[in-house]
Amino acid sequence: MNADLGQIWVYLSASPLLGLTVTLLAYQGAFWIYQRSGAHPLANPVLIAVFVLVLFLTLTATSYETYFAGAQFVHFLLGPATVALAIPLYTQFRRVRAMLLPVLAGLLAGSLTAIASAVLVARLFDASPSTQLSLAPKSVTTPIAMGIAERIGGIPSLTAVLVIVTGILGAVGARTVFDAMRVRDPAIRGFAIGVASHGIGTARAFQVNEQSGAFAALAMGLNGALTALLVPVMANWLVGLG
Amino acid sequence: MLPALTQLLIFQLAGEVLARGLGLPVPGPVLGMLLLFVALLVRGGPGDSLQGTSQTLLQHLSLLFVPAGTGIMVHLHRVADEWLPLLLALLVSTLATLVVTAGVMKLCQPATPGEAKP
Repeated sequence: MNADLGQIWVYLSASPLLGLTVTLLAYQGAFWIYQRSGAHPLANPVLIAVFVLVLFLTLTATSYETYFAGAQFVHFLLGPATVALAIPLYTQFRRVRAMLLPVLAGLLAGSLTAIASAVLVARLFDASPSTQLSLAPKSVTTPIAMGIAERIGGIPSLTAVLVIVTGILGAVGARTVFDAMRVRDPAIRGFAIGVASHGIGTARAFQVNEQSGAFAALAMGLNGALTALLVPVMANWLVGLG
Repeated sequence: MLPALTQLLIFQLAGEVLARGLGLPVPGPVLGMLLLFVALLVRGGPGDSLQGTSQTLLQHLSLLFVPAGTGIMVHLHRVADEWLPLLLALLVSTLATLVVTAGVMKLCQPATPGEAKP
């Protein structure tokens, strides 16, 4: 009996089926908790799902590579989902056009702040140069950030993790920050969360308000493009390599 | 559902080809989003199928970040070694970005802030 179970495990752990299934299970469980909490930002579904998965993979001694062989099917959908952001953007186009100046000014200020503050704080606390470089693109969506990290000599897979943590921090903290600042316009709230914490912030914004979501999507796309232009120019200078 | 998903993939592919062909620093999916946006302006809006499929996909956007996030297990050593600068950099920077972006936008907001005109 035990030997049979062992055999089944050997088969399952080598197939992509397991990685895919546990990802969906962990996320649905996490999302259930998130909803039960009344969409409390601290019960962020990505945070809970990642925690459960790391625990599961560590306990079963499964490598990340093996897991990702299955989970990549979910990861792949990031591409088409990014393209799909054009639709809420189109729906809110009038409002976006009316706010062109605040949008562009906020984008530029936010993008520069995101890059410079991350690198400088890490440098102040003696992080290694490769860690500093991996931090520079942390506010943009995963595929863009990984591409930037690769180009400037950071560690793409570390950047992916930092991007996710940034997203979660923004999604968790944004409401408190905006309320303290008395920022009530859903467009501004959405746009700022999109600049600071890309897709995870955008996902959170969509759950709160459709207009916030559209502006977050816009911010995420624009900031992705701007950061891809800014980081290669700023990075070495900020890290102080010369 | 299927034609809509195909459309999204075609736009992603077009973005990817354009980005690599012209050596642009912008990633393919982002260009794909811009291309689809232009197409929607020209066409006068998404059909029901594209609207529905996108809504489904975006509703579960956070799920799509879970596989990359789980990658933290590969970097546990570095994270353990440099946890203080990493944590502070991410906390300070995310907070600063939220405050600066929202603050600048509020300053540049036209005279009647707040509600959207329908």
